[in-house]
Amino acid sequence: MEAVAEREPAAQPIAIRIRNVSQTYHEGRSAIQALDRVSLDVAQGGFVCLLGASGCGKSTLLNLIVGLYRISSGTIDVGGRRVALMFQEPALFPWLTVEKNVEMGMRFRGVGAEERRSKAHDLLRLVHLETFAERRPHELSGGMRQRVAIARALSQEADVLLMDEPFGALDAMTRDVLHDEIEAIWSRTGLTVLFVTHNVREAVRLGDRVVLLSSRPGRVVAEFPIDLPRPRSADSVPVTEMAAAITNRLREEVRRHGR
Amino acid sequence: MGVDRSAIVESESLEREIEGLDALDVPIVEPERKLKTFWRGAWPKLAAVGFVLAVWQGIVWIGWRPSYVLPGPARVFAEIGELMGTAKFWSAVATTLQRAAAGFGLAILIGTALGVAVSRSRTLRRAFGSFITGLQSMPSIAWFPFAILVFKLSESAILFVVVLGASPSIANGLINGIDHIPPLLLRAGRVLGARGLASLRHVVLPAALPGYVAGLKQGWAFSWRSLMAGELLVIIESRPALGSQLQFARELSDAPALIALMIVILVIGVLIDGLVFATIEARIRRRRGLVDVGA
Repeated sequence: MEAVAEREPAAQPIAIRIRNVSQTYHEGRSAIQALDRVSLDVAQGGFVCLLGASGCGKSTLLNLIVGLYRISSGTIDVGGRRVALMFQEPALFPWLTVEKNVEMGMRFRGVGAEERRSKAHDLLRLVHLETFAERRPHELSGGMRQRVAIARALSQEADVLLMDEPFGALDAMTRDVLHDEIEAIWSRTGLTVLFVTHNVREAVRLGDRVVLLSSRPGRVVAEFPIDLPRPRSADSVPVTEMAAAITNRLREEVRRHGR
Repeated sequence: MGVDRSAIVESESLEREIEGLDALDVPIVEPERKLKTFWRGAWPKLAAVGFVLAVWQGIVWIGWRPSYVLPGPARVFAEIGELMGTAKFWSAVATTLQRAAAGFGLAILIGTALGVAVSRSRTLRRAFGSFITGLQSMPSIAWFPFAILVFKLSESAILFVVVLGASPSIANGLINGIDHIPPLLLRAGRVLGARGLASLRHVVLPAALPGYVAGLKQGWAFSWRSLMAGELLVIIESRPALGSQLQFARELSDAPALIALMIVILVIGVLIDGLVFATIEARIRRRRGLVDVGA
């Protein structure tokens, strides 16, 4: 472990401690560096948005945290917390009903059938889908599927929820509603959320911190604390102004790659 | 407590908004009408059968071959009626179906185990992958001389060839199904904690089911074919079977019985494909939303 100066004295314990993480794909000449010495702390109960243009290694970082990939160098410490990951696509199992999809994670943990059922129902109520429990994923709209995916992620009783552009493929109205919903769930459960997006307004709307990553390789270039009162609206003036400032900074980053 | 109340109002209106969006979003599925669906599937089949019978009758009328070699449909269907009145016919059908069930069942076990093993291990795949495909293309009748040599004229010889004929298709179908699972589903499974056998049972096999069923269907076709070839060659005196009856009909130059038995063999094959596999496939497609509602 290398000593890194804390950016600010944390009131909450750190849920995710990322230290000098570099990630390289392939070896030798064709080596691609996806992440370059990324260090980042996410406080417990925090809502941090990772923002960056394409190729900044946002998804790579999430996959490293959840343990799907092996880290090339550096350390990631979640202090034994359970980590759930949501993808851009709902990735529901098409052969199962909505309810069975939500039960899946509990099944792998060995939770009994009765308890699985009642928990799944509670979670579906939380995302307002209790009447759709017996439907199959293809019978739902994109936004509804993504809410099932939220319920499924929450079923893991994780302390940390990683979200990889979860609302990227949805229409604006559905996205607005889901912003309200995820914010409500977050404030009710005390979950730690690390939310990846390339949508600046979305980041400002949701995060209490926005972390800007550069592209190729991904590196933390700026951080913006967002102190605006909640609930926020993505169209409100303060959110828009904050987003404009961050967008400028982001564009600067992108310009660096134009030759 | 002004803040609290506004939060409640907020959450109520959010809830209503979500319900509204959901109601607008849910695709409308028309209830299917059983009789209409049945008729839509049935009439082209009936028409095709009618067409084949007409061509057959036409050839008979032209007199291409004498009628004791090529009898017309009416004569043959009368023969089928007669056959169905005999106990020997039904015992032959029972023997053949029993052999088919035993052979196909064993082929499912072996093919599935082989498919899982090969798809999960890179080394096994390199070793056996192309070998399985090669086996699949080997005509099963080519196995019979060997089988008869090893097992003599016995049930085991037939079973051996039926299993060899069907299991590569089943294994290949399963391997194919597993190869075509979207990686995202596997990752979703892993994130949810799927490991080892639990992952195989709850994620990999269900996701591979469409390919597996396609393999089973082909495996059934191969096992039925191998079985008929086997029953022509391996005739056990005490056990009349459809294939051996066919062979006797040829030896006696009993053309109506011969064609009647061929039709019975064809119909059994078609029925099992249509009733068992088509039903399973339709069900899988419907459940997974692979049916275009608008079409």
